[in-house]
Amino acid sequence: MNLKRRQRDWQSVAFYAVTLAATALIVLTILVILGDIVWHGAAQVSWHFITGGTKEGMFDAQTAGVFPMIFGTLALVVLMTLGVVPVGVITAVYLTEYARPLSPITRIIRGAINNLAGVPSIVFGLFGLGFFVQFVGGGLDQMFYGGTLHYRKPALIWAAATMAVMTLPVVIVATEEALRAVPSGLREASLALGATKLKTIWKIVLPEALPGVLTGAILAVGRGAGEVAPIMFTGAAYYLAHLPNSWTDQFMHLGYHVFVLSTQSPDIERTKPILYGSVLVLLVMTFLLNLTGVLVRAKIRSRLQHG
Amino acid sequence: MDNPVIQIADVNFWYGTKQALFDVNVAIAPHQTTAFIGPSGCGKSTLLRCLNRMNDLITGTRVTGRIALNGDDVYAPEVDVIELRKRVGMVFQKSNPFPKSIFDNVAYGLRIQGLTDKTELEGRVMKSLKKAALWDEVQDRLHDSALMLSGGQQQRLCIARAIAVEPEIILMDEPCSALDPTATAKIEELIQDLETDYTIVIVTHNMQQAARCSDYTAFFYLGRLVEFDATNKIFTNPTNKQTEDYVTGRFG
Repeated sequence: MNLKRRQRDWQSVAFYAVTLAATALIVLTILVILGDIVWHGAAQVSWHFITGGTKEGMFDAQTAGVFPMIFGTLALVVLMTLGVVPVGVITAVYLTEYARPLSPITRIIRGAINNLAGVPSIVFGLFGLGFFVQFVGGGLDQMFYGGTLHYRKPALIWAAATMAVMTLPVVIVATEEALRAVPSGLREASLALGATKLKTIWKIVLPEALPGVLTGAILAVGRGAGEVAPIMFTGAAYYLAHLPNSWTDQFMHLGYHVFVLSTQSPDIERTKPILYGSVLVLLVMTFLLNLTGVLVRAKIRSRLQHG
Repeated sequence: MDNPVIQIADVNFWYGTKQALFDVNVAIAPHQTTAFIGPSGCGKSTLLRCLNRMNDLITGTRVTGRIALNGDDVYAPEVDVIELRKRVGMVFQKSNPFPKSIFDNVAYGLRIQGLTDKTELEGRVMKSLKKAALWDEVQDRLHDSALMLSGGQQQRLCIARAIAVEPEIILMDEPCSALDPTATAKIEELIQDLETDYTIVIVTHNMQQAARCSDYTAFFYLGRLVEFDATNKIFTNPTNKQTEDYVTGRFG
């Protein structure tokens, strides 16, 4: 028998090269984007830039800061998370623990969730304006304030609600996966001890699925933190002299700020450093939010494993 | 049999349209161990899971006939399944401790019943662990994760967890099938000790195990009860030819 290689299999080599090239292209793209932002943005980011406001004029690279936008973005993300996680988790619990997997209703719900994930974000923005601001906000004003204006206007709470609706599929899908990964033996053990279904879900299934729920929250934050379209009509402001001090106030937002800087500046060259600086701050902030989530999740995982 | 604790009468069972049990009649004697034996798919586990209505969890199942626990039909519409499962505990084939501490595992059933008193919880956890012959091995690390225990210890922990809620009956679904011979021997020894306080029904693939630790044996084949008698009789002088072939290892 002749074990000697006769000739190179050029097809295999070529295919390997193609896969390698495709991967390299992705890595390169990310490196170029990050490199460009850090390269141009690093000089702008200073303590003053992070903690300062825009009193002297928001288009002046020397004095302008982004603290109000950092504050607004954080407030938005926190409120959004508080809204989306409970609703998403409860929906996922219904779908995995209660609904019959193949019934028409379950299929319709799943289809709706998938479609929700595919809706362009600007549509969520318009939906938020029509539903939350005008309908819900208007309704609240009619009911509790005799028609005077409190809630029927763009506000932090409506932007957060719109963002929560947009990120809902992410949380539902991640939580469902986590719930399905909980061994059925644990559910049986709990039920066989005389636990109700509710207690089994609450004390055994959900704690076990918690890391997965957090993954969903992390993904939702990642999706939400940088989106501008959903908040344009529902709460983000072009310019505000003060920080929002209630959830009915409008707010400034890093992403929206970038949009404003790049479309509204009287002198784009002079605004460029602020633009890069804001983008860099937004990237770092999203990264830090994700990192916090990942650390919390790791902590919970190790606690689950070691009692 | 006089005063059986469980009376299974004319039980038929279906998974969807597939019938898994045919007119089964068995009486479970109090404070004795009854073994269900038979080849895979013979319905022994299905019958076991009827006794605490764990089959309710599978959609599309249907049962007819009567299963009476101390005279009360467990499938009657007014029966509280939660209450039934407190009285009929279960140990599963694959040990399934919760990802909690050893203590919290045993205390789980008590806590969900609303017991919060710390000293009483500690007392009952200790009692259950002692009864399950696990106390000596874990008394210094009650607050370590149950997942750190060996397979055999985990299974004894599951027994302790079932005992803690003080059931009358303990159902065991092939409790040793994933364990090594030493761990199996410990569980078998334990089963004999537990007989004084509990009625035990055990499903097993292992003929020697049924012979060693049960008082009565029911042999099932293809969803039908072939023979039910004292274990001694089944293994030494069975009435039915099929039973004889199975217990002597000629098929199965």
